[in-house]
Order: sequence, then C-alpha cells, then structure tokens
Amino acid sequence: MLEEIIRVENLVKIFPVIQRGIFGSRQTEEIKAVNNISFSIRRGETLGLVGESGCGKSTTARTMLHLTRSTSGSVFFEDNDILERFRSSSKEDILQIRRKLQYVFQDPYLSLNPRWSIEETLLEPFRVHQHLPQSKWKDRMLELLELVGLEEYHAWRYPHEFSGGQRQRVGIARALAVDPKFLILDEPVSSLDVSVRANILNLLLELQEKLGLTYLYISHDLSSVRFISNRVAVMYLGKIVELSDVDDLFNQPFHHYTFALLSAIPVPDPSGKQVLSVLKGEVPSVMNPPSGCHFHPRCQAALPECSQITPVLEDKGGGHFVACINPR
Amino acid sequence: MTATTTQTDLLLHVTGLQIHFFTGAGIVKAVDRVDFGLKPGETLGLVGESGSGKTISSLALLKLIPRPGKILAGRIIFENEDLIPKKESEMIKVRGKKIAMVFQNPAFSLNPIYSIGEQLGEILMWHEKLNKKEANEKTAEFLNLVGITDPVGRLKQFPHELSGGMKQRVCIARALLCNPSLVLADEPTTNLDVTIQAQILELLSSLKKRFNMAMILVTHDLGVVANMADRITVMYAGRICESATAKIIFENPAHPYTMALLQTIPRVDKSYTGLGAKRLTVVPGRIPNLIHPPSGCRFHPRCSEAEKGCSQAIPDLKAIEDGHFVSCWRR
Repeated sequence: MLEEIIRVENLVKIFPVIQRGIFGSRQTEEIKAVNNISFSIRRGETLGLVGESGCGKSTTARTMLHLTRSTSGSVFFEDNDILERFRSSSKEDILQIRRKLQYVFQDPYLSLNPRWSIEETLLEPFRVHQHLPQSKWKDRMLELLELVGLEEYHAWRYPHEFSGGQRQRVGIARALAVDPKFLILDEPVSSLDVSVRANILNLLLELQEKLGLTYLYISHDLSSVRFISNRVAVMYLGKIVELSDVDDLFNQPFHHYTFALLSAIPVPDPSGKQVLSVLKGEVPSVMNPPSGCHFHPRCQAALPECSQITPVLEDKGGGHFVACINPR
Repeated sequence: MTATTTQTDLLLHVTGLQIHFFTGAGIVKAVDRVDFGLKPGETLGLVGESGSGKTISSLALLKLIPRPGKILAGRIIFENEDLIPKKESEMIKVRGKKIAMVFQNPAFSLNPIYSIGEQLGEILMWHEKLNKKEANEKTAEFLNLVGITDPVGRLKQFPHELSGGMKQRVCIARALLCNPSLVLADEPTTNLDVTIQAQILELLSSLKKRFNMAMILVTHDLGVVANMADRITVMYAGRICESATAKIIFENPAHPYTMALLQTIPRVDKSYTGLGAKRLTVVPGRIPNLIHPPSGCRFHPRCSEAEKGCSQAIPDLKAIEDGHFVSCWRR
C-alpha cells in the first residue's frame, strides 16, 4: 500500500440561500454542496472524482484548496491540517502550502488573462511566490514551456493566438511553475476536441511519471476517467457513494447509482445496441435532498428502510467502498 | 452517392455543397464538395471535430447560414425539389413544417420572455392555421408525448422554470409539432449529463420510429452515433472523408482519419490498468486553418499514409464496396 499524501476528513461545505427583501435579507435555506465526505489519495496515484453536474465535485476540490471556505472538516496534506493553516497562518506560510498544491481549471479560454502574453502568465507565479531568484525566472519559464510541449517562441504570444489544446498546456505549465506535488485537474479536457484530448491526457500521464505528481482528476466524462485514474470516487448530491479501484468500479459497480451512470454511457460500438436509459427522473434539488439515502427515490432496488437510514461508506473488501444498505 | 440508390428513393440528396465565409481575415472555405443523402425514416450521423463543417452543412438545409457565409454551389434536393433557388418567403414554409431542428443549447433556443404554450403554439397557428385553443391542445398533447408531466400546467411556464433536460424535451416537442419528414438534431445532448442524455436519446429514437421521420444527428460523440445512426458520414476540415453504415464505420473503417479518430478516444469499456506505459494514440498536428486549407486532400499533413500525390489533387468520394464511400487516394 502506498502512503497517503492527502486525506480529507468529514469535509462539509454549506452555502446559505439568502433572500433579499427591502427590509434586509435573511437566510431561508441552505445548500449542503459537500456533505461530510472523507477520502484519501495515495502518493503518485490519480483519483478520479465523477458525478453529474451539481453533485459537488468542483466544490469539493475548491474547498480542499481553500479557494472556497469550508464549513467544517479537515484536509491533511503530508499530515498537516492545511485548512487550519490557511485560516490562521501568515501569508508566507499560506504561499508555502499553495506551492505544493495547484489547480488546473476547466476552461482554458477563461482561465488565462487575454491581455497577458504567455511569458507574463508564466512569470506571475514567480512574482507572487518569490521562491526563485529573479535571475532564474526566464530559464525556468522556458523549461516549463518545453515540459508541456510548447516552443520558446510561444512565450511572446497571447492566448487568442492559441488553440484550445495549447491553452490548456499553458494552464498546466502555470500550475507546474511552483513545483507542486499535488494537482487538482478540474475537467481539463472537456472543452477540447477529441483528437486534442488524447494529447493532453498523454501529457498529464507523462508529467505524472516524470515529476512524481499526484492528481485529483474531476470529470463527468467517464471514459477519460477510466483511462487516467487508478481509483475512482463517485459523488451523488454532495456525498461519495462509491470509491474503489478503477477496474473494480467499472467492471463490477456495487452502488445502483454507479451502475446506472455507467450504463448510460453510449459505447462506440454499434454491434450491440445498448439499452441506455435505466434511470428515471432527474437529480433532485440539493436544497431539499431526499431523506435517508439521497438516491432512494430513483433506485430500482430501494427497500422501505432506504428512506430512513443514511448509509455510510463501508469497505466491502479489497478497498471497494460503497454507501448502500442493499448493494448490487 | 447515387451509385446504389436512385435519386427518387432519397428524401434528401445534397450534392456538391460549397459554403464560404467572407470574413475580414480572408475567405473561410468552411464546406467544400459535400455530398450526402438520406432515405425516409433513416438516421444519418454527421460526425466531425469542431470546424469540420458539420453544423454549417446541416444549417444549409434550412438555408440558415449566418452572415458573412454564403452557399456558393450545390444542390439540396429535398422531396424532389431543390431548396437552393427557393426564396426566403418559400423557405419559411419549409422550416419547422417539413424540416425541423433541435439545437445544441436548449437554454438559448427557447425564447425566455414567452411561455412554453405561446412559443410552441405560435408554430401551429402559423403553419397549421389553428386557433389558439386548438394550438394549446395540440401543444399539450406533444408535451405529454415527450414525457413532460402536467403538460397543460406547463403551457403557462417559462423556460427558466424548467431544468436542462426538460427544456430539451420542450425543444423536441417543438420540432415535432408539424410532423416534419426530417429533423436536424445538432449536438442535442452535448450540454446534458449522461443519465439525462440517455433519456433524451431514447426519447428521440422512439419518436423517430413512431412518426417515421428521418433524422440527421450532428455530433462529435462517437458513442452517441454508434447507438443512434443507421449511416454515418465523417467530416474533416469541410469535406467528407467517409460515409457508410454505422457497422462498417466502426468495424471496418477505410479512411485514415476515421481510423485515427476511433483510436484516439478513451473507451469506457476497456481496461487501461496493468499496461506498462498507458498512452492513447494521437493524431499528430492540428486541425487546419480553413482560410488556407492544405492543398489536395485536406487531411494529408496529418495522415500517416500520405504520399506525394495526396497534396496535389483532391480525392473524390468513391465507392470501395456497396454503400461504403471513401475519399482517399490510398484506397
């Protein structure tokens, strides 16, 4: 068993729903976007985090890096509670943690400043962190460009001159500027064309091998998750419902939601036409989730007690965790 | 395209379609020598990456090419009539009535300031000359058909009150209102989650069967076309590479681009663990700029099998076996 690099414990993020009126505003309801989740990631592995839109996967990631303040819970990075340090430490200390954990954003069109050349974008982390003497900045920047497969002359260009795939390479280079150990990849390929996707996925794997990086790979595209991940966690309405090794999860899902999610993906093979739709209805509102197991109203195997008992994530053997009282 | 089927069998027959965009930066040769055909009740998958001309080719069927685009050449024979010479006043009788469209983003394709009943009823009042009461009844009937609960109550609702999946169901109902013989669906599920996508795809195929409509499904998702399409046409940089039945495209593709495209996608039904270094096969290079497209075959700079001749002349779409058309010099 590999050592854990990051451990999330009982992470909760509640967004208040505020109704504004002429006599002031009041909180009417709350959204439990991340509802008491725990998991850990081992050094050098890729954990895939999947789920439908609104299930809280991006909020989980943002909360882990304190880009959104958590409501409660802790995140241990190399056995330090980083959320605690983010809240109470000095700026210097916070920057030191930030250098270890970086984030690659979904949309390379929005996450690069259009008025900055690539050089300026890539020098910004050095300016903020001041972890390298200024004389080395330029060399390091050229090194970064090479690392992500761009050329030296690209440094003087602007984001609009690049294709989506090249922009995402810049986004990755920027995250790597501070020599992080852990990267959160938030849908890094979903806005790219299929032939470009393969390039970026290969690049991510190459970098992981070369630099010994650990990834949290967030996506709703299960085929890229299957390709890149070692383990996969499935989220539904703010909770992790299943977590296991990638092949176990795809070959033999225990949770009925995971099964439904996997069977909904159209496989590019026309010989056996699939019955795609097994799930009825839509994802219920996070504001008012069903009682007990959140999935029970849509579940085919629901028992009467599913609406009362909130299942907890349990190991069913071999590190295959599932939160269901009547698993498949 | 007419090698095996005579023209009269076809509901739609597009030949030699050429569309250019006259932009400030130069002329974008977006669609060039595009031919495809469709029998009544058939589903054609139009597959390609962004910029391949698949959306523009489908919009051309309704003559809705946005400015500064222009159809320069070609024939679009629909129900034995050429649509190209038709005037705008004639085209509005075709749009929504004989050829209907389901757009990619249901949030943008519904008017936010009209209720569902008003915007769907308007189509029936215009095309079918129904009065308001009849239009409302028929709209409710179609909303029920696409699986919307409480259809009469929904007539008074506005698009923002519906979820993404529900909005796409409304858009499908809108496309079906006048019982068209052809529905164009441009990436109808790209913005939806997989479980909702599965519901919408199932709905589309059951309605297609029930009303015996033909459908053109424009998408970049090979999984979606594999499940939906009878025939598939693969486009690259404004031209057609290959056209065949879905089975042939997936099991026995002939064009190097089709083969590369199939190899480059990660598969959900395949295990990648236990391999030494897992890598996906990549297509080298990038999608060309269509202001200065490559000469000859537009795929030749990225093609692993290209020879000298490939850059010199444009390959024709020719049949290599019954119903399997490829435009490649090496085949």
